[in-house]
Amino acid sequence: MLVTENERLRQNILDWADELNRDRSALIPLLQRVQKRYSSVSGFAMQVIADILDIHPVEVYSVVSFYSFLDHKPKGRFIIRLCQTISCAMAGKDRVARQLENELGIRFGETTADGKFTLEYTNCLGMCDRGPAMLVNDQVFTQVSPERAHEIVEKCRQTFGTFALQDQGRID
Amino acid sequence: MTNSIDNCSSCRSPKSMKVHEVSTQTQTGQIGGQVSLVIDGKTIKVPLGTTILEACRTLNIRIPTLCYHEDLCVAGICRICVVEVEKMHTLQAACSFPVTAPIVVHTHTRKVRHARRHILDLMLSDHYGECYSCSRNGTCELQTLAQEYGVDFYRFGHPSESTHKVDRSSHSVVRDMDKCILCRRCVRTCIDLQEVGVLEAINRGDHTKISTFMDKQLADVVCINCGQCINRCPTAALKANDPTDDVWAAIDDPDKHVVIQTAPSPRAAIGECFDLEPGTPMTWQMNTALRECGFDAVFDTNFTADLTIIEEGTELILRLYKALVQGDQKVAESLPQFTSCSPGWVKYIEHFYPDYLHHVSSAKSPQQMFGALIKTYYAKKRNIDPSKIVSVALMPCSAKKFECNRPEMVDSGYKDIDYGLTTRELAKMIHEAGIDMPKMEKSDFDDPFGTATGSGVIFGASGGVMESALRCVVELVTGEAVENIFENARIEPVRGFEGTKLAELTFDKVGPVPDLLKHLVPNWDWMKGVTLKVGVCHGTANAKKVMDDIIAGGPFSKCHFIEFMACPGGCLGGGGQPIPTSEAIRAARARAIYAEDESSTVRKSHLNPAILDVYHEFLTDGPCGKTAHKLLHTHYIRRGKYIM
Repeated sequence: MLVTENERLRQNILDWADELNRDRSALIPLLQRVQKRYSSVSGFAMQVIADILDIHPVEVYSVVSFYSFLDHKPKGRFIIRLCQTISCAMAGKDRVARQLENELGIRFGETTADGKFTLEYTNCLGMCDRGPAMLVNDQVFTQVSPERAHEIVEKCRQTFGTFALQDQGRID
Repeated sequence: MTNSIDNCSSCRSPKSMKVHEVSTQTQTGQIGGQVSLVIDGKTIKVPLGTTILEACRTLNIRIPTLCYHEDLCVAGICRICVVEVEKMHTLQAACSFPVTAPIVVHTHTRKVRHARRHILDLMLSDHYGECYSCSRNGTCELQTLAQEYGVDFYRFGHPSESTHKVDRSSHSVVRDMDKCILCRRCVRTCIDLQEVGVLEAINRGDHTKISTFMDKQLADVVCINCGQCINRCPTAALKANDPTDDVWAAIDDPDKHVVIQTAPSPRAAIGECFDLEPGTPMTWQMNTALRECGFDAVFDTNFTADLTIIEEGTELILRLYKALVQGDQKVAESLPQFTSCSPGWVKYIEHFYPDYLHHVSSAKSPQQMFGALIKTYYAKKRNIDPSKIVSVALMPCSAKKFECNRPEMVDSGYKDIDYGLTTRELAKMIHEAGIDMPKMEKSDFDDPFGTATGSGVIFGASGGVMESALRCVVELVTGEAVENIFENARIEPVRGFEGTKLAELTFDKVGPVPDLLKHLVPNWDWMKGVTLKVGVCHGTANAKKVMDDIIAGGPFSKCHFIEFMACPGGCLGGGGQPIPTSEAIRAARARAIYAEDESSTVRKSHLNPAILDVYHEFLTDGPCGKTAHKLLHTHYIRRGKYIM
């Protein structure tokens, strides 16, 4: 049977909601699961979640827009977040930032046209002693030099095809 | 007749927003139930859990507030109410500090004054716009505070450019986020008080703004246009869509015949815009003022309120007859019948319970019935070209602006109602014309619709529609005067401001079928021994409770007729009424409305001579007949709540 993306999404959310108790407190875990599986929380997903938890869609949107790690717009498969806080800035974050921008051909806050990379700034990652620090999806890289940044991006490019969904393309 | 009140729990906002619920009034008198505190050297004993703000108010100490509103849950976010509590390291927000142990409070120390001034300066540093070009000039709470705290320069600057686009997509509500101070009163109004859920704070930190789902425009979301957020906004971030320029243009055009109909609630409240006490009735002075403004004719919406009662009541009787006597299962499923007078409620059910739309009476609201009659019956009677008539409606309501712009509301062949004015906008027009309304002579409404009955007036208060309907049904069915059953025709069980009300009435005896209804039912024998069950609710949060109760098969599902009003208190608490609003103000307006009812000579819709004339001359096939259906009834749209 043909199942539309939205129907599949709805069924997923329903299953997860049953696991988590249909309660307001299930909101964040639900959103995290949707984010992980679908790499963004669509407007439709928010409305389904609101319906299940008996809250308003705008409340769900409020939460999604509050957290940096929940997105309501689709982003790249690899989200590169460079720490912009002072220790990393002093350790040479600007050079890394330029390298990344040139390498990917996008500016911070943008996504590449092929949907592979999104470039963002983040605040302190707690790696102040080993800056500049950078987060690729949920993996931390420290003491990133422009050369290292190039290597990481290259690895992402190579990894993408094979490990797209299972583990969000872990690279080493 | 019995009266049972649903013991509804208060709003379902997160517990963190319900600090004031620490207040355990029941403990008063018990050991530990009271706590004493010292405020500015004065000692006071208050029940445990009372907030510092409430304690200060009992002592007549003024604490400035912005995010606090007595209709809403405590938020404690604007911090303008900070006070110094001895032994506490930091300043405390008075509105959200429940007193649980003896404390010493100082409300105007140097530290407190400086903090408040700083908070104000910070708000102004982000508040684009100049007061003299603002619709809330004079009624703005931020402006008042700036004046009280003597703000004469912008310590942290003042934006010189607009940073947000004004959202004018809605027919009713305009959102100007440049003026927003993020107090979240609208959020709490929309989510807790009204349970509609259109507005919420989005993003984080200095990017925070109040917005709708996915930043859509107000016209594209589930907004029901009730305007309660406008009434509670401290600034002009939310305001009604103001058509006064168009109305003035129509008045100034000699070719146009401009008529205005006035709803019952504005006249009980408009005095507040002229510095009168809430609840000062202004009915007759307002008529003169309207003529002075240049309106060619002034009508009373109560006339069509009476007509609504006849049409909606007949519809109910027909539904009951078909369900009880003819055993029509499909009609039986459309009981209880829901009222359709409140356009906010109509849009609410279209969005949130579209599967129950067949319950809603097909009768139009009084405003739209009048619109259809003015451009047909009145135009014919007065020999005026309907295309030259500009029909204005004075309403306490912002949703009426949306209603008159509904595409289906053109049954007269023209746009039935051209402009909807709110009470505030009319007050502005009267001020602009230099008219001192309270000193105006008294004058009556214009013919042919004449003065309406007391039944129409009470449409303005919660339970009013039901009371009018009951007065009418009791007399039509039993043939006995309603005064014999209820003292002075006051049907108390449906009055009052409880969120939801249930009442029932058994018909012990029946009379002959009156002429008006002879073509519809042969006799009343089937009504004998029938217990008519009715429900009343106001505020869409309560409407939601009633709807969920009906779905669950609770007591409201056994009702025959339920009155729904979108605004707390009914129309008198509508989104177009003067600002501010509170339970006390709404109660005062209700008193004015009930007083006008008692002073009316005719107090039952079916006895209104003008109504009988209309059925005699124009709607000749009677209530719910073919002409009546064409002009006075409508259909609804299944909107649903999913936004794509």
